[in-house]
Formats: sequence, structure tokens, C-alpha cells
Amino acid sequence: MIPTHWYLFLGTALFTIGVVGVLTRRNVIIILMSIELILNAVNVNLVAFSHYFQSIDGQVFAIFVITDAAAEAAVGLGLIIALFRNKETVNADEIDLLKW
Amino acid sequence: MTFLDFIWLVPLLPALGAFIQLLWGKKLSNQAVSAVSVGLPGVSFLWATGCFGQLLQLQGQTFTKVLYTWLPLGAFHLSDGTLGNLGVDVGFQLDQLSAVMMLVVTGVGFVIHVYSIGYMGHEGGYYRFFGYLNLFMFSMLVLVVADNYLMMFVGWEGVGLCSYLLIGFYFHRRSASDAGKKAFIVNRIGDAGFLLGLMLMAVTFGSVNFLEVTEAARGGRFGIGDGIITTICVLLFVGATGKSAQIPLYTWLPDAMEGPTPVSALIHAATMVTAGVYMVARSNALYVLAPTALALVAAIGAVTAIWAASIGLVQNDIKRVLAYSTVSQLGYMFLACGVAAFGAGIFHLMTHAFFKALLFLGSGSVIHALSGEQDMRKMGALWSKTPVTAKTMLVGTLAIAGAPLLSGFFSKDEILWQAFASPYGSVLLWVIAVLTAGMTAFYMFRLFFMTFAGSSRVPHEVEHHIHESPRVMTVPLVILAAGAAAAGWIGWPKTLGGSNRFEHFLEPVFENPALRAAEHHTWSLEFGLMLGSVVVAGIGAFIAYQWYVKEPEIPGRVAEKAGPLYQLVLEKYRIDELYDALFVDRTKNLGNGLAAFDLAVVDGAVNGTGWTTRMTAEVSRLWDLYVIDGLVNLLAFVTKVFSYPARIVQTGLVQNYALLIALGVLTFMAYYLIYF
Repeated sequence: MIPTHWYLFLGTALFTIGVVGVLTRRNVIIILMSIELILNAVNVNLVAFSHYFQSIDGQVFAIFVITDAAAEAAVGLGLIIALFRNKETVNADEIDLLKW
Repeated sequence: MTFLDFIWLVPLLPALGAFIQLLWGKKLSNQAVSAVSVGLPGVSFLWATGCFGQLLQLQGQTFTKVLYTWLPLGAFHLSDGTLGNLGVDVGFQLDQLSAVMMLVVTGVGFVIHVYSIGYMGHEGGYYRFFGYLNLFMFSMLVLVVADNYLMMFVGWEGVGLCSYLLIGFYFHRRSASDAGKKAFIVNRIGDAGFLLGLMLMAVTFGSVNFLEVTEAARGGRFGIGDGIITTICVLLFVGATGKSAQIPLYTWLPDAMEGPTPVSALIHAATMVTAGVYMVARSNALYVLAPTALALVAAIGAVTAIWAASIGLVQNDIKRVLAYSTVSQLGYMFLACGVAAFGAGIFHLMTHAFFKALLFLGSGSVIHALSGEQDMRKMGALWSKTPVTAKTMLVGTLAIAGAPLLSGFFSKDEILWQAFASPYGSVLLWVIAVLTAGMTAFYMFRLFFMTFAGSSRVPHEVEHHIHESPRVMTVPLVILAAGAAAAGWIGWPKTLGGSNRFEHFLEPVFENPALRAAEHHTWSLEFGLMLGSVVVAGIGAFIAYQWYVKEPEIPGRVAEKAGPLYQLVLEKYRIDELYDALFVDRTKNLGNGLAAFDLAVVDGAVNGTGWTTRMTAEVSRLWDLYVIDGLVNLLAFVTKVFSYPARIVQTGLVQNYALLIALGVLTFMAYYLIYF
């Protein structure tokens, strides 16, 4: 039986990889993929605690998150295509329209 | 009374002609222009004749017709303190004097109009010429038949204007336009005198009406030699010297020969230049009260007569000889007026109008025949080639020289006699006048012989073009020749068994209780003087015959002997140069000085103001730029500096914001981990 905190370490590792990916990668698609990693780190935690507390709630929640992730990926990719059409780039550091 | 009641038609008909020509003449054919502009003065002449006939029926009365009040000037204080009421009418006065003038102006004017049809037929600006000529007729007739001095002055200025326009008719020629300006300006100098005299008269008499002024002058209010009257007379005479080309203002008339020859005949010989004589004669009641002014008039007249005649002796331009002759003859007229023989002056004015118009038109015919040549040294032997011109010119020459029984003889001898016998005259005046008569005969016969007799000096290429002028030109010559011959007969002197009807006719205008009574002279003295002047004139004519027909080399030898004197006279005593140096150049210098003053001071002040404005504006601009803008920019700069830390985090990069969020979360987490 794999102890619960190993799952938590895996989740933490996935989360950290995701956050670092979001903060450091230039390609927006990769950023989007890193966000998927963060979501999946959450899912791993939810499923791990669901098993630990012997409650089905966490797994249901994980299903919602996966659905949400799919929808989010669809919207995100749509945004990226719209962005590419306007700016001809998918590099995050070249998109600074929010600057004062 | 139909003619007299509509006397205003006499000046108005030519005015109508001028109106038509100057507005629509360009579109009319030459025939139409001639029909209108010669026809209307013709009708005017007939009307004037009718008026004259009716005036004769008035038995010596003066006819006046006031159309309306022109200038109701109201009451004002006269120079003697009483209250005067000056109103100037547009009115017409026809008495014996103005009737004579009116007939001369319309009659001679009409004949010259006819002549112009032929003379100007090939010239450009045909309608313009006749328009101006008609306008001149109108002005001159206004001058002559006006019933007051102010209206006379209107005509006086009008003829001056027309004179200017017609002298400068060939305006593309520099000398012609200069001559026009000269005539106008010199006339203006005289006009200033006239105008001053007019004003002084208005404040002295409270009227400028001829009849009222004459009545006041004869009324005994003013003594003989009255200072104000003398001043008025001298001022009026200054006007007359300008218009009638007397010393010192005579220099414009010879230059006026730049105009077309009919103009010289009409304006600068027969009519306009006599306006001054007419004006002095019209003011006779004033002049009689001012013996000093009379003496001045006589002196100026006599000196002008001999002065101009002496210049005429040597001139080579046919028209210039006639011009100086005109000045000289006008001098005679003033001499007559100056010895209070106004009738004799007007008599000579009338005969002179005939023979001088004839001589000018004849010279025009000669010039026409010689394709525009005016230099008598290039003429000669034209007697058989232009027979009508030559014969009529001979009549004119004899008339002006004073050949017995022709018109000039009667009028000139009347003047000579008056200069000698009048209580205002003197032997000196008579001697000058007789010498002038001799010179006149000499230069006129010199002109005649150089033109028509001797051998031909005409250049070969001109020689075969010589032709007699068309009938439209020769008929006026013949008419004027008849006038030049016969016009004097109406003044046949008592000495020769006549009754001097002309002067008796004029007497109502000139009789005056203040006139000094003439002394009685014997018949033999008068006849002797007459004979003397004829002999002197004969000698002049004989010398001309000897010099210019018999032995044509004499004039050259004489000129050589006279040397510088001849040169001086040939150059017209260099009076023009003297005037240029004394007045014209001074005026120009003054003008240039004023222009320099304008440029330096006035323009300088304006530019200085402009500069000051610009400089203050510049200061204001700098203040705005550095102080006001500086404050605003400083404020902005301060804001910018203080806002810098807040600004640098706004990179616009989503990842930076995400990093900050992450750091923020970590910070909070660390805070919780450490303190809780």
C-alpha cells in the first residue's frame, strides 16, 4: 500500500513543475499545457485525499475538474488562435498590451 | 424770345456731343462720329446766332436767365462787417461782350470742327478727339455765357482740362504727354490766383455775380486805387496770365503745339487762351478802380508782346512760330485792356480768332501736305502745289501783319492808338507795340516765304506726295480767310471815315464814370501814328522778302554775326531751363526730400512700432515657453518621477503578473508557516 504522502509529494512536484512552466516558458501553448499539469496536480491530491478519507466526494470533484480542464483547453486554444491571427506570434513575452 | 430763353442749349448741345462720343463713340463709325460731333456744335452756332439777333432787339439791355440756385451758401460776415448773403446761381448772362465771345467760340469752333474731319480722318482715336473737342466747346461756352465768376471758373477749369487732354492726344509720344502736364500745371498756378481773387471778391462784395459786382464797383463805395480792389484785380490777372500765356506763365503755350493742329487752332489760338482777356474785360469795372493793376496788365502785356515776338523771329518749327505769335498777340490784347481800352482788346481778340485760326489751320494743311513735316527749313516753293492753302495763308499773314484794310490792321491800330492816346497809356507802350508790329510782320512773312516761296527744300521722298488738302479742309480755310479779311470792317475807325461800330456796340459793358476822360487828339496825329505803324510793318515784311526770297544766304550770315545772342533767342532765352532750375527741380528736390523723410522717419516710425510689437511678443513667447510651459512640464515631470516605482512593475507580461501572484501566495504561506 503506497502511503498517502507519496501522492502528496507527486502532487506537489506536478504543481511546482506546472507553476515553473507557467512562469518561465515563452510559448503560450506550453503555458496552457503547464496549467493542465497544475490542474492534474490538484486532481492527484483530490483523489489521494478521497482515498484517505474513504469519501467519494473528492473523486466526483476530480471528474468536474477534468471536465473543466477540457473546456478550459478548448477556450484557451481558441484564444491562442485568435491571438496568433492578430499578432502572428504565440510568445507570451511579445504580448504586452496591458502595459501602462 | 424763344432763342434767348433756351440759351442754355448753346453750351449744352456740344456737351451732349461729348457725352455721346465719350460713352459710345468707340462703337460708332467715323461718319456717325463726324455727324454728331460736328452737327451739334453747328446747331449750337445757329442757336447762338439766333440769340445774338434777339439780343440786338433788346436795345443794349443785358439778358440774364437763372436756371436754378447752385450753391445757397447762406449768410456770412463780409470783410466790412456787414452781413452778406452769398448764393451762386447756374445762370446765363448775355450782353454785348459775352455775345461776341459766344459767336466767336461757336463760329470759329464749328469751322475748326469741320476742318478736323479732314485733318483727323486718318488718325486713331477719332471719336476721342471729337469727344474732347465737344467737351472743350461746352466748357468754353459755359465760361463765356456764365453770369457769375464761379460758374466762369467752372468753365475755366473745364477748358484747362480739355486743353490737357488734347495736348496729350498723342499720349504715346513722351513729349506730348509732358507738354500736356506742363500746360495743366502752369495753368493751375494761375488758377490759384484766380481762385484767391474770387474768394476775396466774395467776402468783399458778398456776391460773385457779374452784374452785382459791376454795380457795386461802379456804385462809388470804393475809391480809385482801393487796396482790396487792386489785390482782387492783381489776383485775377495772375489767373489770366496762366490761361492766356503771359509772362511769367507763358511757357506752356509753345509746348502745347504737341497737340493736333486743329486743337492748336481752336484752343491755343482762337478761343481758350483768350479767356484771360475776356475775364479782364469782364472785370473792367474793378480794373478801372485799380490803376496800379491796370498799369501792371499793360506792362505785362507789352513786355510779353515784344518778348514772344522776338523769340518768334528765329524759330524754325512752323507751329512754334505761330505759338509765339499767339503769345505776342495776346500781349497786345492785355496791353489794350491795361490802358482801359477793353473794347479794343476784345476787337483784337475777335479778329485774332479769325486770322490765327486760319494761320494754324493753314499750317496744318501744309503739314498734312508734307506728310507731317513741321520744320520750315524743309519746306519751300509750295505756292503752286497747294494753291488754296497758300492763298488763304497769304490773307492770314497780311491780316496779322496789319496790312491796311484787313482785319488785323483795324484791331491792332486801335490798340496802338489807345496805347499812345489813352489816359492810361504812354509813348513807351506805343513804341514797344510798334516794334512788336514790325517784328510780327517780319516773322510772319518769314514763315510765309520759307513755306511757299523760294526754292524747294523738301526731301525727295516727300516731294512727290505733296498734295492739296481735301475740300473739307480747304473750305474752312476759305471761310476763315474771308473772316480774317472782313472781320475788321465792323470796327472801321473814325480816322478813316468809319464810325467804329464794334466798340460802340460794346460800350454798355465798358462805360464807367471812374474812367479818366480821354484827351482830345488831332486827326492828323492819329492818322500819322497809323501810317507809322503800317510803315514799320511794311519794313518788317520787306526785310523778310529780302532775306528769305531775294538773298537766302543773308539770314545765315546775320545769325553768325549775332552769335551767342542768336543762340540765346533760338533757345527761347532758356526760360524753360531757368524755370526748371528755379522751380521744377526745387519742387522735385522737395518731393524727393519728403519721400526720403517718409522713408526714413514715417516708415521708420511704423517699422519701429512693428519691431517693438514683435520684440514684446517675442519676450511674451519666451515667458510662455520657459516659464508657463516649464511649470506645467515640471508638474508633469514630478508626477512622472514619483510614479516611476509604480510603473516599473507594469510590464504588461502576463507571466510577470503570474510570478508576482505566486510570490504573494508564497509570502502569505510563509507568514502563516512562521507565525502560526
